Amino acid sequence: MARITYREALNQAMCEEMTRDDRVFLMGEEVAEYNGAYKVSQGMLEKFGPKRVIDTPITELGFAGLGVGAAMAGLRPVIEFMTWNFAILALDQIVNAAAKMKYMSGGQYSCPMVFRGAGGAAARVGAQHSQSLENWMANVPGLKVVMPSSPADAKGLLKASIRDNDTVIFIENEINYGDIGEVPEEEYIIPLGKADIKRQGSDVTLIAHSRMTGFALQAAEELATQGIQAEVIDPRTIRPLDEATILASVAKTNRAVVIEEGWRFAGIGAEISARIMEQGFDDLDAPVARVTGKDVPMPYAANLERMALPDVAEIVEAARAVCYRN
Amino acid sequence: MSATPPASGSLVYQGTSYDAQVLHAMHDSMLYIRRFEEKAGQLYGLKKIGGFCHLCNGQEAVCVGMQQAAHPDDYLMTSYRDHGHALARGSDPTAVMAELLGRKGGIVKGKGGSMHMFDAARNFAGGNGIVGEQVPIGLGFGFSSWYKEDGRVTLCVMGDGGINQGAVYESFNMAALWKLPIVFVVENNQYAMGTSLARASAETSLYKRGISFKVPGMAIDGMNVLEVEQKMGEAIAHARSGEGPIIVEAITYRYRGHSMSDPATYRTRDEVEEWRKGRDPIAHLQQLLIDAGLGDEDAFKARDREIKKAVNEVAKAAEAQPEPDAAELWTDVLNDPIEYAYPYPGRVG
Repeated sequence: MARITYREALNQAMCEEMTRDDRVFLMGEEVAEYNGAYKVSQGMLEKFGPKRVIDTPITELGFAGLGVGAAMAGLRPVIEFMTWNFAILALDQIVNAAAKMKYMSGGQYSCPMVFRGAGGAAARVGAQHSQSLENWMANVPGLKVVMPSSPADAKGLLKASIRDNDTVIFIENEINYGDIGEVPEEEYIIPLGKADIKRQGSDVTLIAHSRMTGFALQAAEELATQGIQAEVIDPRTIRPLDEATILASVAKTNRAVVIEEGWRFAGIGAEISARIMEQGFDDLDAPVARVTGKDVPMPYAANLERMALPDVAEIVEAARAVCYRN
Repeated sequence: MSATPPASGSLVYQGTSYDAQVLHAMHDSMLYIRRFEEKAGQLYGLKKIGGFCHLCNGQEAVCVGMQQAAHPDDYLMTSYRDHGHALARGSDPTAVMAELLGRKGGIVKGKGGSMHMFDAARNFAGGNGIVGEQVPIGLGFGFSSWYKEDGRVTLCVMGDGGINQGAVYESFNMAALWKLPIVFVVENNQYAMGTSLARASAETSLYKRGISFKVPGMAIDGMNVLEVEQKMGEAIAHARSGEGPIIVEAITYRYRGHSMSDPATYRTRDEVEEWRKGRDPIAHLQQLLIDAGLGDEDAFKARDREIKKAVNEVAKAAEAQPEPDAAELWTDVLNDPIEYAYPYPGRVG
């Protein structure tokens, strides 16, 4: 095992896939000469040249559409949004073109491509640069949504996403870019649609993705000191959702807390808890609880920002509540 | 489909010699599109075609002249006014009509309708319903040709409405930056739905819209199929030579409303008649052929009857098709569906 950062893991995934398949190219703002706004594409221009690592003007809708057309014409674009906040400008191409192209053309054209970049709350950057939009993307048939929480997952899932024959929305986490973790030395792929049980437990199931997986693991540590064994599941792929792993865990623990950084209303937690209710109702000993970001635009002040985001204490409290320990 | 072989001989137009058979084929193609659109309008009136339906009567010379100049390997994409382009590209008319009728044999299996004709075998990438959306997509096709060095040109068609979308200028900029082989074709039919060009555009000479991006442009008579063929030929050669993108503004006119639900009260009857009577692209080519002794009015009338009959037969065959199988609801969403993760309750098929 090598110990590398989340950003290095992403870089390795892209480099390996670009070496394997010359249809793959990386395009986005500052990806080439600047080596990436978050240094994810460090060294790639030098390695692959300006035809395969391409700086764009600041023109999200335009280069998202370029990726759609290039994918339809047989290439394998990796389109980087500096952050997903800016992808809002490109939604027509993602939602109305990429996601629908295969269906709308009766199967004649499709868009095997990856839209990737940093999502979730950053630190102290205010409302427009701190938000989780995965529920928007996951709502759209035709898109797959992937959100890795560790360096090893980041690498294996990005490689799977680049090889996937559909449009993959790959949402990284800005705060996690510097995280260090163990990554296998040999080549590996993590299939999409497979959740990972990050910690085994028998008393309550904590379901969390992206940065919240780390929060859930911390909460599980705390709960263990209180005699509650929490199982932590990271879906890793938001859509398709590995419902079987979640339901099997709930069948064992009979209690579930869904944690997400994004807003509560119509969020990922709403979907997951609905599915548990629909298909695991008889297994539940308590209503499913949700811990989410607060339903406000992200404030700047440090104290307000802390309050707007879920924290470990809230997860612990919710887990205790569903165990009737409060 | 010709019962009477067209006259042999040739005609010189603006320095280019055209074989009579080629001209008759162009004529027939335009007339076929005209009659096809009329039939579609009729079927819409009978409520057999649903939803939105945008006809291109009057604009046939742009569709046909452009394809005459293009290579079959060149890529084509357009907006939702797409029936004529599909037919000019050589798509099966029965499949296009079946699509309008929402039938199993529709060109996209009945999943797209009027606005979403696609024909990958003929490099026709739609049929795109959001105004201007096809322009960045066309940019991507052009990019793929630059990347693969495959020598293809992309013909990216938009209207005088679409050209006001911001993504169009993002695309002009990148196409020019990287010298992508794209011809941006603007079908200027004078009205974006009900808004006239002058009410929507500060610069009404749309071929000039590329100036800030160093994209050259030219305005052409979109009612004259031979001019379209010649100028599009020049534009395609420019793009193929590696000199980068170019804009061709084809001045044209749609005889019908924006869509079937539009009575077009924003323009006068006189204006429509002026274009129909004075500048009709089909009548124009017929007159050229008659003047050159390569056709006569009776033969054109007979030809029209044959084409009407052919279109009627196409409509009949399309109408006779069943609706798509219920199982089709769930197909073509993904290439790699992960089945266990999609337990659709009440799934059909």
